[in-house]
Amino acid sequence: MSSFMSVFGLWMAVFFTFSIFSFLYKDNPFYKFGEQVFVGLSAAYWLVYLFYSIMLPNLFTKLFTDLKGNLILLIPATLGLMMLLRIIPKTQWLSRFPIAIMIGTSAGINMLRYTKSDMLSQISATMINPFNAATTSAMIGNILLIFGTICGVYYFYFSKKQEGISAVPSKLGIWFLMISFGASFGYTVMARVSLLIGRLEFLLKDWLHIIK
Amino acid sequence: MKGLLLTTLLFLIVLACYASPGTMNVQDVPWDEGKALNITWQTPADSIILQRADSLGVWQTIFSGPALPAAYSDRDLIPNKSYSYQLIAIGSADTDTLIVRASAKPREQWFYMHKLSFLIILVIVSLAILIYIQRARMGKEFYIRRISGLDSMEEAVGRATEKGKPILFVPGIGDLDDIQTIASLTILSQLAQRSAEYDTELIVPCRFSMVLSAAREVVKEAYLKVGKPDSYKEERIFYLTDDQFGYVAGIDGIMVREQPAANFFLGSFYAESLILAETGFSTGAIQTSGTAQASQLPFFVVSCDYTLIGEELFAASAYLSRDPQQLGSLKGHDFGKLLTIILILAGVITEIVGWHWFKAFFEGVQ
Repeated sequence: MSSFMSVFGLWMAVFFTFSIFSFLYKDNPFYKFGEQVFVGLSAAYWLVYLFYSIMLPNLFTKLFTDLKGNLILLIPATLGLMMLLRIIPKTQWLSRFPIAIMIGTSAGINMLRYTKSDMLSQISATMINPFNAATTSAMIGNILLIFGTICGVYYFYFSKKQEGISAVPSKLGIWFLMISFGASFGYTVMARVSLLIGRLEFLLKDWLHIIK
Repeated sequence: MKGLLLTTLLFLIVLACYASPGTMNVQDVPWDEGKALNITWQTPADSIILQRADSLGVWQTIFSGPALPAAYSDRDLIPNKSYSYQLIAIGSADTDTLIVRASAKPREQWFYMHKLSFLIILVIVSLAILIYIQRARMGKEFYIRRISGLDSMEEAVGRATEKGKPILFVPGIGDLDDIQTIASLTILSQLAQRSAEYDTELIVPCRFSMVLSAAREVVKEAYLKVGKPDSYKEERIFYLTDDQFGYVAGIDGIMVREQPAANFFLGSFYAESLILAETGFSTGAIQTSGTAQASQLPFFVVSCDYTLIGEELFAASAYLSRDPQQLGSLKGHDFGKLLTIILILAGVITEIVGWHWFKAFFEGVQ
């Protein structure tokens, strides 16, 4: 039975792989079927996963086993219930409170996080002596790092009309950004090709046994 | 007699100190979160072994090596817990070893001095934002340069209206705790107002339930704002799935079947960015994208008509609404960028002249 299931699973995987690949030609019933099954299955899977891995151990089990010790959990539970009240049109407005709490808390936490990681870390990492380098190429790299960072930040300065001399650092900034995007593009395409190779390997090795 | 005894005692103490072959001092690191202890020692030995007693009292080696520079900082400790240390100073002969023991408690202080630069920057930037908001409220008009990616919104809505086709808005794959999703929803509000004005259908597939609820609220309010509450269709703002690629497969299907005239991909995106943008491109839709995910921007740049790069996504709401409060906030952000440039330049100059304290002040936050 287990052998039948593993063979059946293999053929299902092959069928859905080809169904999804068929989109490369054009939209067709096989792709539609594969897409709908994927969306439906994943939605159901995540619902069950979230219930059993988050709601049950973190809320229900704790409240039912030790209510007094976990009274604080009633706050998120109430907020969750308020979200569920969206189902009833008359009580829909109650869901605005948990949404507001979520957005406000996220904004506050992220303000500190990004000031530290994106601003201060970037500032201190760019504070370097460009001439303190072992080789000429390293020195040029240091100068480009400082210059590129300043021009890149200036590109996002919205308060000044970018014309004349003030447009120069901004234009240089977008050039630096585009060059870095190009490098990043090439790097990621390589990673995606490896994903394609993985799928082809599955078809040729696990299914057709053409390669070992 | 008393004087003689006192003198003798003093002499013995001095002699003992002089003859002592080693000492160890363990002190709490001041002005920190109470997770570190500074250990210093004095010994004529060439090498030492420093050990810390674990919860069972067994000595565990934490440092082994040369006796100099005679200092070690033990980190990642638990605040207010007593820690015992043992220093083994190894002499030239195997038998000539010395063991010194000491203990101390790391204590948490109210103020972490190494984060002072963090506080100063936060206070300055926050103050700038508040001042600019106040000035905007008092009627001061602020200039914002043109952002072409946002000017496309009118064009996209107009095109969808002409063709009688819907507009697709994807708020990214982040949840509501992602600041990019919040920025995306503020743009959705502006887009929904325009689509309501032109009676153009708006499709918003969501990945998370919280984003779904927020998106529905935002769009509903936008329709109410322009006086067209009856045109609001709740079912067109819907949940697909929590799964990243399931969500993408669903959106691809929508793009191919519903053929939206304009696609907006604004928010947090990861590996799915190219799949979405390429499918949208193949349908011939006018595409506007925006994200602060640097690794995904290249894909949007190559496959979309307009791309909001990083900070432009966060400036979008102020740019589109021209709301004085949001414009004031944007001006405050610009002040922060100017401050960043000034600090970088000052840091580079101080590093060149050898004043390393300036960089160290900002590095203390790490």
